[in-house]
Amino acid sequence: MGQVTGWIGKSVKRVEDARLLTGRGTYIDDHPPVANACHAAIVRSPLPHAKIRGYDLAAALALDGVVGAITGEDVARHTKPFSVGVTAPIHYYCAATDRARFVGEPVAVVVAKNRYVAEDAAELVQVDYEPLPIVVDPERALDAAAPILHEAVGSNLAGNRRLVYGDPDRAFREADVVVNERFSFPKYGSTPIETYGVIARWDPLDGVCTVWSNFMGPFIMHPLTARVLGLAENKLRFIVPTDIGGSFGIKSSIYPYIALIALAAMRLGVPVKWIEDRREHLLASSSGTDRVAYREVAAHKDGTILGMRFKWLDNVGGYIRSPEPGCSFRPTGNFVGPYRFQHLEVDASVVMTNKSLTGPNRGYACGHLYFETEGMIDRLADRLGLDPVEVRRRNLVQPDQFPYRTPTGGLYDSGDYPAAFDRALALAGYDELRREQAKARAAGRYVGIGLALAVDPSVSNMGYVATALDPQFRAKPEYLPKSGAVDAATIKIDPLGRVIAILGTTPQGQGHQTVVSQIVADELGLVPQDVTVVDEMDTFTRIWSISSGTYSSRFGSVGTSAVALAARKLKAKLVDYAAHLMELPVASLEFREGAVRPRSGKGPAYSIKDLAGRAHWNTESLPDGMEPALQATAVFGFTVAKAVDAEDRVNSSNTYGFIAEVMAVEVDPETAAITILRYVTVHDAGTIINPMIAEGQIYGGALHGLGGALYEELQYDDNGQLLTGTFMDYLVPTASEAPTIDIAHIVSPSPLTPLGSKGLGESSSMTVPAAIANAVSDALSPLGIRINDLPMTPTKLWTIMERAKSGAGQESGDRSRVASGAAQESGDRSRVAPISGHPRPKPA
Amino acid sequence: MKPPKFEYHAPRTVDEALALLGRYGGDAKVLAGGQSLMPLLNFRLARPAALVDLNRIASLAYIREHDGQIRFGAMTRQRTIEFSPVVAQRLPLLKEATRWVGHLPIRTRGTIGGSIAHADPSAEYPAVLAALEGEVVARGAKGERVIRAGDLFQTYLTTNLAPDEILTEVRLPAMPAGAGYALEEFARRHGDFAIIGIAAMVVRDGQRCKLARLATAGAGPVPVRLRAAEEILERDGLGDAAIEAAARRATELVDPDADIHASADYRRHLTGVLTKRALVRAIGVARG
Repeated sequence: MGQVTGWIGKSVKRVEDARLLTGRGTYIDDHPPVANACHAAIVRSPLPHAKIRGYDLAAALALDGVVGAITGEDVARHTKPFSVGVTAPIHYYCAATDRARFVGEPVAVVVAKNRYVAEDAAELVQVDYEPLPIVVDPERALDAAAPILHEAVGSNLAGNRRLVYGDPDRAFREADVVVNERFSFPKYGSTPIETYGVIARWDPLDGVCTVWSNFMGPFIMHPLTARVLGLAENKLRFIVPTDIGGSFGIKSSIYPYIALIALAAMRLGVPVKWIEDRREHLLASSSGTDRVAYREVAAHKDGTILGMRFKWLDNVGGYIRSPEPGCSFRPTGNFVGPYRFQHLEVDASVVMTNKSLTGPNRGYACGHLYFETEGMIDRLADRLGLDPVEVRRRNLVQPDQFPYRTPTGGLYDSGDYPAAFDRALALAGYDELRREQAKARAAGRYVGIGLALAVDPSVSNMGYVATALDPQFRAKPEYLPKSGAVDAATIKIDPLGRVIAILGTTPQGQGHQTVVSQIVADELGLVPQDVTVVDEMDTFTRIWSISSGTYSSRFGSVGTSAVALAARKLKAKLVDYAAHLMELPVASLEFREGAVRPRSGKGPAYSIKDLAGRAHWNTESLPDGMEPALQATAVFGFTVAKAVDAEDRVNSSNTYGFIAEVMAVEVDPETAAITILRYVTVHDAGTIINPMIAEGQIYGGALHGLGGALYEELQYDDNGQLLTGTFMDYLVPTASEAPTIDIAHIVSPSPLTPLGSKGLGESSSMTVPAAIANAVSDALSPLGIRINDLPMTPTKLWTIMERAKSGAGQESGDRSRVASGAAQESGDRSRVAPISGHPRPKPA
Repeated sequence: MKPPKFEYHAPRTVDEALALLGRYGGDAKVLAGGQSLMPLLNFRLARPAALVDLNRIASLAYIREHDGQIRFGAMTRQRTIEFSPVVAQRLPLLKEATRWVGHLPIRTRGTIGGSIAHADPSAEYPAVLAALEGEVVARGAKGERVIRAGDLFQTYLTTNLAPDEILTEVRLPAMPAGAGYALEEFARRHGDFAIIGIAAMVVRDGQRCKLARLATAGAGPVPVRLRAAEEILERDGLGDAAIEAAARRATELVDPDADIHASADYRRHLTGVLTKRALVRAIGVARG
């Protein structure tokens, strides 16, 4: 548990900001690790689905300044496909080999003396395509007549798992009420300011390929990539520069480009640099899945939830790329959210279509999960005539139930959900908001209040990915179970008593240097300025393991724990050393206020500086058996991270925070514009190390969620072409769109981490889509409208409102029960007619 | 996103610039603030042989009053217009419209001549030019001509400027003293091109309407002057019924397209809503 400290809990200013704000950061494109790097331009498929019959490179290679080119033929000949997270025979290479399956899929790489020439040459590459029929809709992709992307698979279903926890059939039989709904969640990404970047150098003499990139791993992708390139893991060196300009999960999917650019460097014999441009990023980096969900909830008439059924179609695009199908299974342990119900059936299908590929995107799968669940809770409340607050309260996990084991295997480590929820309601003035709403409604205005509660998982246990595999498959003797969540830190004291902390994390703006300096300062009785934090991942020099990296809100939980443990190890050594010098028993001494002192308070003290000087300058002064030099390395791993069991239960994350949100909105009856009147978000992430940084994460997460709810969508037409390929059409909320955000914290320290901290990097990205959809549904309830389809663009919303006003509105949400497993009646799809492309003609 | 190769010229005078345009025979593009042309080059959607950069022609940046008109050198920055006392006093509608143009960095580079010559029908300045019956001056090898707003815009991103002509000046008649005005715009985010924008000016005499001006942004391939709606107000005055009727009429005068941001029906509907809102606000601030 966190001790009483000086720096933890303070909004210490970020040490990173001075260099970042004065243009002195070291990002991948500023990184000059190799002389004479050549520049790559990637030739991408303009067609969503096509056989590749051949390439003609002659014109491109003839251009002055071109060094060479590689195509899918080289990829097929010299690399292996990546391992995928399902058993279906899907061959995913780092570029298209025989067939392109989405617009923007790499088909060749041209390398030249600069990027301008490389792009000129890329235009001259001729690829002979034979167009194939396409499908972009995940439901249509499963029709018998749909074009099949991977013939060896035989359908577009990459995987399906039916997971049953408890006795859902009984729960639904015994229910007083069953509510059904269909939801659809959009495909959107994160658009970090810095796009992907890779620099690769091949050294044929020592057989080492060195890759600099703004990757957030190494994670599982380092061994995957080594295998693809046919290299031993200790011959593939990943180095990450000090600064990464944002990621939000998206940069975990850079690894196929690492393989592609490394291959170009190996084949062409020159160092190769590739910086993704914004068009490439929107077209073909990564995004969350678009999902169609059918939900059912069974409840007693008092609002007690008995069970739920989820049926999901997650659209992973042209291939399934690891760590997918995390889109379905990352929240396995927290499928039930903050509620106590015990019976759940999940039917999760992962579908391939001619869209770009997917992967982790802030909130990974939780934005989808809670949009659906929280929407269902409101529908249930409406059906029962209960206040949505009451239905939630009735079902919350109670404070005396922690640590709480969920029916799906999650272990919620700590929390007080009712207290956090009450705090949010009080802060928002919920009762007063309801009174204002009644007045507004009487005046013909559309004002609504939305609630969203979420369990906020941090530090994925990478073992969850195996939930995608059948238990029978996992039971085979040759199958190796997977589990873990590990990070390392080293702390060393120099001969003058100053401290360097070395990490292998890959911060993308989270402020690890600042936070680590706070922790070390507290542990060693220093000020943060005394601590230099080095945080540049290098797989050859840093200590790391298969789960290492900065993703899934890991640092606040696992990275900070490694730092605290390393500092404590070092402190123990200092006490041992001082005891030897003072000729006193170890037990009579303690480390306090930067020095080893007698517990009695009487007698001399040895400061860190004093001990450091002696230990470094005079090793003879060390006791027998003590290692020279003052340093300690700690590798922290969660023991609660276990492999998925035979009943498909898995503790998919390691620490679990909580989010409670209240949002009030007004919808303009004439324009359908949505105005956020009030937004309150209360978080419980255990001990907060730096409140300013935590607040920044919450702001960012909330805005990201707002993007998916109102603005952002990688929208494709029926021909498989991306319609939102620039920032003119792919709309990211800006400061002007940001609402005022009222933030409060409840602190339930985690018993699993030395500091009691949990992650909160994804935070409100997973709740805002639910909160605002519920608020808009509440606002438009006089029209019988419920939002089940994001993003809520003005034109979509206006169309629904017009339809409702003209009497052709939605049916009410309480539709007839649907039989389990049967093809479900669609809920109100609230679909508007497909809208054609942008009218602005392309100037000649 | 690197442009293909092009020649680059930075002439110091309009004559030099015209000579360069003549030399390339239609294969050169004029560069003003670069807020639209640079992305088009980087996307390789525009592939001119040469750029003729007007940024060093000092004589093209000015704001002058002349003969009841405010005249803007084509290279006057939007940011300069936003803070010009002359514009604030004589063309408050233009000042209000400027605040809807992109964001501060965009306005710092963007120019009035560039915005109008680019002729994006969703942009604010073309709508103001249409509403106020402004005109532009084009200079070519054969001399100068004045083009009225109604004749300038042909269709999306297309004016009747010849390839060897340069738009050198924008002329807007000063608004009558006491005129009411408003620019109402609906966009998905602040600073985006309008889904629909309405520029309005009203000169009132009590409840009588001496003059009404209405023009759209985003409601078709060119800015649409809503003359028939104006006539309703000029005939029936400024009462609620007339405003409603004008707004209704406005929806009939436009033929908007659909795109991914808005359906045609929604744009037509917004034309009416925003016409009404613009008129109510314009009438509210009109004196007389």
